[in-house]
Amino acid sequence: MAQVELVGIRKAFGPVVAVEDANITFEEGSFTTLLGPSGCGKTTLLRMIAGLESPTTGDILVGGRRVNDIPIHKRNLGLVFQNYALFPHKTIGENIAFGLKYRGVPKEDARKKVTEALNIVRLPGVEERFPTQLSGGQQQRIALARAIVIEPDVLLLDEPLSALDANLREEMRVELKAIQNRIGVTSIFVTHDQSEALAMSDRIVVMSAGRVEQIGTPELVYNRPASEFVTTFLGNANILSGTVKALNDGIAELEVPALGSLYAMLEASERQQVKSGAPVKLSIKAEKLALEDQRTAEEHDTVLTAQVRDVDYQGQVARYFLQAGNQALQAINQIDERPHTVGADVSVRIRARDCVILPA
Amino acid sequence: MSALRSKAMRPWWLLSPALVTITLLVVVPMSLILIYSFYINIDLGVDRPAFSFENWSELFTDSYYHVAIWKTFRLSVIVTVLAALLGYIPAYFIANTTYKHKWLLLLLLILPFWVSFIIRTLSWIHIMGNQGAINGMLLWLGVIDEPLQMMFNEFAVIVGFIHVFLPYMILNVYVSLEGVDRNLVPAARTLGCSPWQAFREVTLPLSLPGLAAGSLLVFVLTAGSYVTPLILGGPNDFLYGNLIYDAILSELNWPMGATLSFTLLVLLGLVVVLYSRIMGMNQLYKAFG
Repeated sequence: MAQVELVGIRKAFGPVVAVEDANITFEEGSFTTLLGPSGCGKTTLLRMIAGLESPTTGDILVGGRRVNDIPIHKRNLGLVFQNYALFPHKTIGENIAFGLKYRGVPKEDARKKVTEALNIVRLPGVEERFPTQLSGGQQQRIALARAIVIEPDVLLLDEPLSALDANLREEMRVELKAIQNRIGVTSIFVTHDQSEALAMSDRIVVMSAGRVEQIGTPELVYNRPASEFVTTFLGNANILSGTVKALNDGIAELEVPALGSLYAMLEASERQQVKSGAPVKLSIKAEKLALEDQRTAEEHDTVLTAQVRDVDYQGQVARYFLQAGNQALQAINQIDERPHTVGADVSVRIRARDCVILPA
Repeated sequence: MSALRSKAMRPWWLLSPALVTITLLVVVPMSLILIYSFYINIDLGVDRPAFSFENWSELFTDSYYHVAIWKTFRLSVIVTVLAALLGYIPAYFIANTTYKHKWLLLLLLILPFWVSFIIRTLSWIHIMGNQGAINGMLLWLGVIDEPLQMMFNEFAVIVGFIHVFLPYMILNVYVSLEGVDRNLVPAARTLGCSPWQAFREVTLPLSLPGLAAGSLLVFVLTAGSYVTPLILGGPNDFLYGNLIYDAILSELNWPMGATLSFTLLVLLGLVVVLYSRIMGMNQLYKAFG
């Protein structure tokens, strides 16, 4: 187990920059997710840590030791691929023991460790089978067993759940997290799926177009997004443009052209950045817009009137497309009995603490 | 009842064109050849229908034929091994290149097939002959005083065979290398393999089916040839195929030619059967599901 540090990592493929100035510390024993759309550089970053690519500039440190020039096979990392990448010509037992063989572990010990690893992934007794004789989910468990049996310093997971079907994916997500908790290995997980990232991570690194947009706990990146990209990528967000009218005691009063006055509560760390009179962008997550006022009133609430333009019915919740003046809004609300109907006028309550001013 | 039977018959209906073709074009002619091998040759081109084992006993007792079989086997093995070694490298290169126009490389492989195989074989006279390109160059450079004898010997025959059959090997190996999951080598590497160990553990075993198929193809094609030794070989560099050629076209002894042909078919058939047993291909196929 070790801490991984990326210092000023940049990677260019010819004229194309895949990763720009990445500075990230992955704490020892933590589960960190690199989250972003395809092509954002998250996989390139993972491949650089694994040694499959080398950074154009910058340093990679594992356990405080610079590993840039250490070849892949001497880095002691466990890597799990999206498509499992099990050796099809070797049995499950041979697949899992593969890394042990190259670490000079005696055969008898290796066999014990293989049995142990298969117990951890809850697939005991399949040593003699071939990979194609197992289902996709089972193959991914074997790939995980193969990666953890070598007791790697870092476990790298490259979209390991993407190839599985939806139900299995959620099941494996819980299990993968449980296994990571149990063995406590520093894990770096790459995904484009926000719900995987939110559910599994200690920390999330949100990436876009080769740049790190925000690093923080799932709650932080979801509730206090640091950029328009982060807020739209995680969940459904309303982005409003406005001007800061007044600042007092951590509350910013904003003038939003279509809606009038709105209040935003600032965290202590954010207060420095917001200047009175400056144009700003505001993010409000769709589920924070409360329709028809079931919520108890708070100070600095804003109540608007809007018309329902469209309803996206999802069973437990409905997503409403609203029109307030010339401003379109989205709201996601629990359905009490039946959803609001198209054309209905509804009142919308917005709390100051749900309004996030995005850094300019 | 009749619906059930028609359903059971359907595979046979679908197979029938292939079965009829194979029967008419392979089974019937081969049977005729087998029958012909029992005829007796009286004079040049004159045969008498009979049921005689004369030709077969000649084949089994005359060591001339046995030497030819041994020579053919030996040369085919040499050509196959060399083609496997020489073919694997370009196949590996084409499969792993990041060059955008891979199709161009594959086209280069197929390009020689546009020129007649005989012309390609004859071209070696201009390359390795006494007045050929290599000798001309070496003489001009003063490295040698008289031309090297590179033509009309076993070496020339081997070169000619490899020249003609190498694309078959490369294509077969290439196809199986293409089928190897790109993540397997990185997976092996992270687990502790050096690049060479990863090749030995993953790439090589997974490309064996292609290597085996290419080798079998080259072996069988070489063992059945007669034109290459005819053009590039000396008087002693004959193969079994040349004996058939001589029997049929020079001696006009069709019954003996039929005997030799049928024997070649059986021998090569045996090679194919034994080969697939020894290579344990079934085991490999099982692994791939």
